Amino acid sequence: MHNQEIQAAYGYLPKDVLDKMCEKTGMFPTQVMGVATFYSQFRLEPTGEHVIKICFGTACHVNGAEKVADALADELKVEFGGTTKDGKFTLETVACLGCCSLAPVIMIDEEAYGRLTPDSARKIIRDYYETGRA
Amino acid sequence: MEKQYKVIVGLGSCGIAAGGLKVMEAIKAKQATTPVTVSVDETGCMGMCYKEVLVEIVNPDGKSYIYGNVTPDKVDRLFAEHIGNGQPITEWVVQGCDLKTSEDSFFDKQERIVLRRCGKINPESLDEAIAMDAYKAIGKAIKTMTPEQVIEEVLASGLRGRGGAGFPTGMKWKFANASKGSKKYIICNADEGDPGAFMDRSVLEGDPHAVLEGMMIAGYAIGADEAYIYARAEYPIAIKRLKIAIKAAEERGLLGKNVLGTNFNFKIKIKEGAGAFVCGEETALISSIEGKRGMPRIRPPFPAQSGLFGKPTNINNVETFANVAYIILNGAGSYNKYGTEKSKGTKVFALAGKIARGGLVEVPMGIALRDIIYEIGGGTSSGKPFKAVQMGGPSGGCIPAHLLDTIVDYDSVNQTGAIMGSGGMIVMDEDNCMVDIARYFLSFTQSESCGKCTFCKIGTNRMLEILTRLTTGEGREGDIELLEELSDQIRRNALCGLGQTAPNPVLTTLKYFRHEYEAHIKDKKCPAKQCRPLIKYVILEDKCIGCTACSRVCPVKAISGEPKKAHKIDSSLCTKCGACKEKCRFSAIEID
Ligand SMILES: Cc1cc2nc3c(=O)[nH]c(=O)nc-3n(C[C@H](O)[C@H](O)[C@H](O)COP(=O)(O)O)c2cc1C
Ligand code: SF4
Ligand code: FES
Repeated sequence: MHNQEIQAAYGYLPKDVLDKMCEKTGMFPTQVMGVATFYSQFRLEPTGEHVIKICFGTACHVNGAEKVADALADELKVEFGGTTKDGKFTLETVACLGCCSLAPVIMIDEEAYGRLTPDSARKIIRDYYETGRA
Repeated sequence: MEKQYKVIVGLGSCGIAAGGLKVMEAIKAKQATTPVTVSVDETGCMGMCYKEVLVEIVNPDGKSYIYGNVTPDKVDRLFAEHIGNGQPITEWVVQGCDLKTSEDSFFDKQERIVLRRCGKINPESLDEAIAMDAYKAIGKAIKTMTPEQVIEEVLASGLRGRGGAGFPTGMKWKFANASKGSKKYIICNADEGDPGAFMDRSVLEGDPHAVLEGMMIAGYAIGADEAYIYARAEYPIAIKRLKIAIKAAEERGLLGKNVLGTNFNFKIKIKEGAGAFVCGEETALISSIEGKRGMPRIRPPFPAQSGLFGKPTNINNVETFANVAYIILNGAGSYNKYGTEKSKGTKVFALAGKIARGGLVEVPMGIALRDIIYEIGGGTSSGKPFKAVQMGGPSGGCIPAHLLDTIVDYDSVNQTGAIMGSGGMIVMDEDNCMVDIARYFLSFTQSESCGKCTFCKIGTNRMLEILTRLTTGEGREGDIELLEELSDQIRRNALCGLGQTAPNPVLTTLKYFRHEYEAHIKDKKCPAKQCRPLIKYVILEDKCIGCTACSRVCPVKAISGEPKKAHKIDSSLCTKCGACKEKCRFSAIEID
């Protein structure tokens, strides 16, 4: 899959790059878009500076992930899948981050935060804006 | 080498998420300034995820102690007392060779075959793996056994596929071996799609060599010289360690051309998935490796006849492969002495949800669910009554409290309506709504359905609509029957396992918790008090002392009242986030 390499380079799949790939490889745009939209990993839009992944796996779900998610969406004033106005954070949901015993879990960029409550999740964001570090 | 203290930090995903890297930093800083020489190392998941960060200290005489809940500020005392004075800090020890701890029962009923090296070796060190028997079995297989003898041994062990369906592994190999063709492939399914399961990740992170060796043995048995590991993209640490392991094994002549100086060649490549649950299905997985949309196709032909790039292919799960070297090295008898008549050996489970001791456990088949949940898992984390355990993820079902004596084997679990699955075990207590959990799984399968079959794509959508309706107070008379009808049709008309099993979470909860569905429809009530549109937060006037903590924490300012007087919640503003209830120290807030 060339898409994985493109995304690794750009952080998302820019349309003009995909067009160029079609030209070069002779693939049809429908084939390329078919693959790009089939897998949840591919993005067609750029992300914010940091990506927050909220785990919606089963362990997190039964431990109240939804409330944590709502608190984050409210704190950041974004919808799931959206990016904050200041371009700092993109809020995404994922199916299991693999640290189920620390549920509910979120991951900001590569770092996981576990055993969250709506309150402690909000605090992570506030701390970020205060210190400038996620 | 001079005898010295060894400090080992558990750095699986869970250890890292709990702050393991910071503990490691603190230990390394301390190591540099301590007069005694201490070696510092890392390992994979030790299993006790609920006690992360875990740190093991091994004394110069080999005595070992595992510390739980270690934070950077505990490191000083560990060095001063344990390493400085030779006195283990007993109140922090969760497992000690000569100490009794309250946590011993976590390990008492476990039997470690798959996890034989997990948490015991540094997964990035080939030497440590070899010191614990890695790559002995492949040597034995290629030098002293024919491929047919290898297959016979695996057949005799009774090993069944751990990816979910439980197909006998030896039989699968036999078919692939019998397939004609000079080019064949081995695939390791490391897609681990069940959200809430982490067995395969932990094995890959903790002992990648066990999986590589299992794949090689399979390759020798069926006559394949090339293999792929299809790994979930969300598992960066597993992928990194696999790459390190492959490289190390190649450099040592254990993998690649002329393995161990014989004429057996074997090459292993890693292919990262891109986030699609259906790609765990073997034909979809194959088409994903080929660079296409990962959609299942009709079988036959089975992969054993025509798989990757049209060649005969044998595909097994991570845990299945991790058993193989043990079986070849120790003989089928050492494996099939565990288990029941039709389910042999051990099974790894990822215990999570509302469980006191969540983690990675490996138990002999035939053990009762009750033993796993109470003896090993320590019961519910909330201390509230146990309600159900979910097995098999989106393809499985919920097993209620009165069936806890069910034993772990494929047939017994199937009888409950759930499935053994790949090993996810999610415990729920009385606060979890069973209609909600059914809706949760349907929303998962619905969004992951690849869209090839109408019954799966649209049917799950209709089911999700109904379940959403129920959980929002819009349930109608007849909805239960409609769910049952849709379930039946989807089951019978879907092409792949995703669709065929998607109704299971609904059917099992309907079977055991029908009254909860009825309460949602008839009384517009959620008995577990979880479905937000069906509940109301109220302040008990006689308990509220007017401390104002709740009104300050409410994000939508729905709580009003004067200090020192009972407060009130305005239901029209309340979003039911529960922040107030969590904050209140006087149990003055109730859910109605
Ligand atoms: C929707 C769906 C998802 C699956 N996901 C996985 C998975 O994540 N891991 C896995 O090993 N098997 C998964 N399977 C089962 C595989 O198709 C296949 O049976 C298995 O990898 C065979 O290995 P085994 O015989 O060792 O169990 C899935 C099947 C279906 C229908
Ligand atoms: S059953 Fe569902 S997931 Fe499977 S092939 Fe059909 S539409 Fe795709
Ligand atoms: S369910 Fe959230 S980390 Fe697994």
